[in-house]
Amino acid sequence: MKFTLDWLKEHLETSATLDEIADALNSLGLEVESIENLAETLAPFKVAHVVSAEKHPDADKLSVCKVDTGSETVQVVCGAPNARTGMKGVFAPSGTTIPGTGLLLKPTKIRGVESNGMLVSEREMGLSDEHEGIIELPDSSEVGTPMADIMGLNDPVIEIAITPNRPDCLGVRGIARDLAARGIGTLKPDHIPSVDGKFDSSIKIGLNFPDVAPLPCAMFAGCYVRGVKNGPSPDWLQKRLRAIDLRPISKLVDITNLIAFDRGRPLHVYDADKLSGNIGARPGRKGEKIAALDGEEYDVDETVCVIADESTALGIGGVIGGEPSGVTEQTTNVFIESAYFDPIGIAATGRRLGIESDARYRFERGVDPDFVLPGVDLAVKMVVDLCGGEPSRIECAGGNPRTVVPIAFDPALVKKLTGMDVAPDVSRKILEDLGFSADGSAGSLSVTAPGWRPDIDGVADLVEEIVRVHGLDNIPSTPLTRHHGVARPILTTRQKRLVTARRTLATRGMVEAVTWSFISEKAADLFGAGNQKVLLANPISSEMNVMRPSVLPGLIEAAQHNADRGFGDVALFESGPQYAGETPEDQAVVVSGIRSGATAPRHWQGTRKPVDTFDAKADAMSVLEAVGGPVASAQVMATAPGWYHPGRSGTICLGPKKPLAYFGEIHPRILQEMDMKGPVVGFEIMLDELPEPRSKAGKTKPALDASDLQAVERDFAFVVASDVHADTLVRAAKGADKKLITSVSVFDVFEDASLGDGNKSVALTVHLQPREKTLTDEEIDVVAKKVTAAVEKASGGTLRG
Amino acid sequence: MSDIDALEKDILAQISDAENQAALETVRVDALGKKGRVSALMKTLGGMSDDERKVKGPLLNGLKDRVNQAVLDRKAALEEAELDLRLASERVDVTLPVLTSQQGRIHPISQTIEELSAIFADMGFSVAEGPDIETDEMNFTALNIPPEHPARQMHDTFYLEEKEDGSRPVLRTHTSPVQIRTMLAEKPPHRIIAPGRVYRCDSDQTHTPMFHQVEGLVIDRETHMGHLKWVLEEFCKAYFELDSVSMRFRPSHFPFTEPSMEVDIRCRRDGGQILLGEGDDWLEILGCGMVHPNVLRYVGLDPHEFQGFAFGVGIDRMAMLKYGIPDLRAFFSGDLRWLRHYGFHSLDVPNLAGGLSR
Repeated sequence: MKFTLDWLKEHLETSATLDEIADALNSLGLEVESIENLAETLAPFKVAHVVSAEKHPDADKLSVCKVDTGSETVQVVCGAPNARTGMKGVFAPSGTTIPGTGLLLKPTKIRGVESNGMLVSEREMGLSDEHEGIIELPDSSEVGTPMADIMGLNDPVIEIAITPNRPDCLGVRGIARDLAARGIGTLKPDHIPSVDGKFDSSIKIGLNFPDVAPLPCAMFAGCYVRGVKNGPSPDWLQKRLRAIDLRPISKLVDITNLIAFDRGRPLHVYDADKLSGNIGARPGRKGEKIAALDGEEYDVDETVCVIADESTALGIGGVIGGEPSGVTEQTTNVFIESAYFDPIGIAATGRRLGIESDARYRFERGVDPDFVLPGVDLAVKMVVDLCGGEPSRIECAGGNPRTVVPIAFDPALVKKLTGMDVAPDVSRKILEDLGFSADGSAGSLSVTAPGWRPDIDGVADLVEEIVRVHGLDNIPSTPLTRHHGVARPILTTRQKRLVTARRTLATRGMVEAVTWSFISEKAADLFGAGNQKVLLANPISSEMNVMRPSVLPGLIEAAQHNADRGFGDVALFESGPQYAGETPEDQAVVVSGIRSGATAPRHWQGTRKPVDTFDAKADAMSVLEAVGGPVASAQVMATAPGWYHPGRSGTICLGPKKPLAYFGEIHPRILQEMDMKGPVVGFEIMLDELPEPRSKAGKTKPALDASDLQAVERDFAFVVASDVHADTLVRAAKGADKKLITSVSVFDVFEDASLGDGNKSVALTVHLQPREKTLTDEEIDVVAKKVTAAVEKASGGTLRG
Repeated sequence: MSDIDALEKDILAQISDAENQAALETVRVDALGKKGRVSALMKTLGGMSDDERKVKGPLLNGLKDRVNQAVLDRKAALEEAELDLRLASERVDVTLPVLTSQQGRIHPISQTIEELSAIFADMGFSVAEGPDIETDEMNFTALNIPPEHPARQMHDTFYLEEKEDGSRPVLRTHTSPVQIRTMLAEKPPHRIIAPGRVYRCDSDQTHTPMFHQVEGLVIDRETHMGHLKWVLEEFCKAYFELDSVSMRFRPSHFPFTEPSMEVDIRCRRDGGQILLGEGDDWLEILGCGMVHPNVLRYVGLDPHEFQGFAFGVGIDRMAMLKYGIPDLRAFFSGDLRWLRHYGFHSLDVPNLAGGLSR
């Protein structure tokens, strides 16, 4: 919403400065977006007298001028055809920057003749596109006066953002009222004389709707004015509209635009001679078309409220008028419309037809229904003043739809909700200054909102008005009560686990990314989106139209982008949501990561190797261990979802139906589909699937169990079939003597022709911890035999000789 | 010179001449071994008369001890010399780069959420969560945004396909539905923050279709705007790690709060940089207000009995401001160079005792 300071002062008697007004607007909730103060910008440019202008000795089109700037006489070389002796123009001295071009003026020589400063055109001053010649000012202009004063440009333009609850401030008077309530001056009285019509309008008004509530158009008033003379608006009106970026059209149109921005009251003026019969509002009809003032043709139907005469739909009520019935320079008789349209209907129509107009903007936020008739009065007064003519008596159909509901209000609520002390009579005065009426005694007021405040519907709204005007700065900062001397921990297990998981992976060299929750449908299908696919109806692009069923595709894509930039060794992870469907239960928190390229940078100690499945498994296991997952009881199965390599992937689980994490090489075909150079390994940890840690009574740790007796290690190598899992051997060995064997590790695995086709060697170290006495060689041999027997039985293999 | 003296002289000479450990061992065996020359003399003691033994015994034992000591001394000297020799030959280039374990990074958004959690935990807030895919009801209606409210259009909502029953899930446009879920699930008093992903159908230089917000909610019987102001002031000081921040509270409008405020923080703009805590400019950082009576009624709370405040802050924006990160879109690009530059060390866990950031 734009307005000028002078315009504001038509409604507000004030001596406040522009800065004071801007501060007040901000603190009233009318956020100042910009202030354009040409008087300030153009201050250095002043009226100058061209004492003489002679032809440049060396250039036909240039003249050499002696210019009296009021403080000195300077020589200026000027190229404008209208530069001549005796004229008054605008002078830009050396050292100033020309607003329209950004040029910094310096003393210079043009074709050998000294030139200081410049006589400027309107375009150079950023005022218009006019560049035919330099600005010419009336002879009466006093030399040295700022050009802004002479040209009427010293009226600052203020632009404020209006929140949707404040339609009253879509008119300058509403803004003035807020400022007056704040104490920035007083609101000037408003006298709109009622139309003193001498005849009945030949055009009657009808509202023709089926019995619906609310009525799309509840009230429609109008006035016939005969014998008007249209034409360009007077300067003051044109200037006012231009200041707020509206194009002056003609007196009749400009008057309606002015009132829309002055009062927030949209109006429409018809050329009465172009109407056939009476006028009214009714639902549109299927197949009806309206040629609107914006040059477009709109199809309407019964959901749209149209204004129609007896033969055709003229315009879209409250949104846009029609071209054929509009006024022109030749118009002599007019019919002025002031109506009230239902905000919800206007919003729906405007949205459906895609029309943005100043009328729609106001009606959908709520126009003052009490101002329908005064709106006609004001318009008629201006039309008669500017265009002459004679008004009819006012016609009106329907009635004011506003039901006045007083709000019972205890001013003590201000303190309760805001902590701010405001005396009850101060609260009451604020409300009254804003146009509310307040009856009753101090402790229980009965407050009625004015028609221009459709947003007010309860006591909280009244409190807002009071604190807003009294000043939020006056609210005292008040410490929140502290429930515990020392703050209690607040994170849930899963929240803590997320933090630990992230930091574990970062410690392992992985970099955390945050990628989009939506991915392409193709990628989603590759990662198991299936029937439950969650499609967006209005995606930003087809690359981002499905809620991701897995975090991996986003990470793989990021890895590809990094590889394209020359960073092929990628270790990325993300902790975030994935979506199996659209219900809250379908959303899971996962920690996923990928690695591609090599595990380490090239180094003289040479530990670089291509990433493989076990890097991903190590990542997953590290996280599970760090977050207190059931690592000891978890199994690893050689199966995984379809986006993994079938032979190089696995699931860490608590039984077949309770997967905790997947890991492995990403399926080569999927990488190919995603244009990603492999191999890529990855993992997905389903944090939600991890059981809660077992709760313990206290924080004490169990006593340390460390034997003084020397621990013993024995190595075994078994030849087993290649498809036997190492885990089978380890578990069998561990189970051979549960008392003595503390752990079993695999220290070598290889395949070799010497072992026989389809066989491999698996070497184990078994760690023994004696408990009561040092083990003798015989006792160790007994355990070794048990280990051998157990492993051979479980694996079907044999001890290597 | 007696035979014994001559023998001693000879052996000691051999010992001192021994060039290395092996030669010394030969000399030792030749003298003190089972068949050695000193040992042979010692064996003669058995065949001697008592008187002779009294004379010869000490002499021979003295010989044996001295030879023994001489061997030990020579051995030590040889070892010393050998070590010197070895050390002289052992050299590494200590300037060679070592293979340090590679450090990853924590994303600024995760880091910021942890910082927020640490601050609000101290003020007694817990961390609530809600789904990204919301019902229209939770995202709008429950928050006092009826279907035709202009605010719905201002939200640039992502919709899912319409379902058979005509309902249409949305991607939450703000974290505010978590307020509703919290108040429906639990009894007051409430003190929560709810960080998470939010979505708006908007993408340009300064907007991304996905970003992050943190919601705050306090509901009890007495919490008012003064408390809200205090919480936000304390939060900004703690988060930006400044001794004081100057804030400006402006009235505003949100359908789910009444009264509503927007909060600006004092700053200075220097080129592309924004410096907080100084200057004469203002930067809008958040919206807040007292929870609207209609919202309280929706969750079954009587607005005459219960009251409190809510606020919403952009997490990405807060991270950009604090850490001087220029471009929002880069947050989601997965560019390793960006992540390594703006990301955080795994051991930089935000906490109030040590300071939120290094």
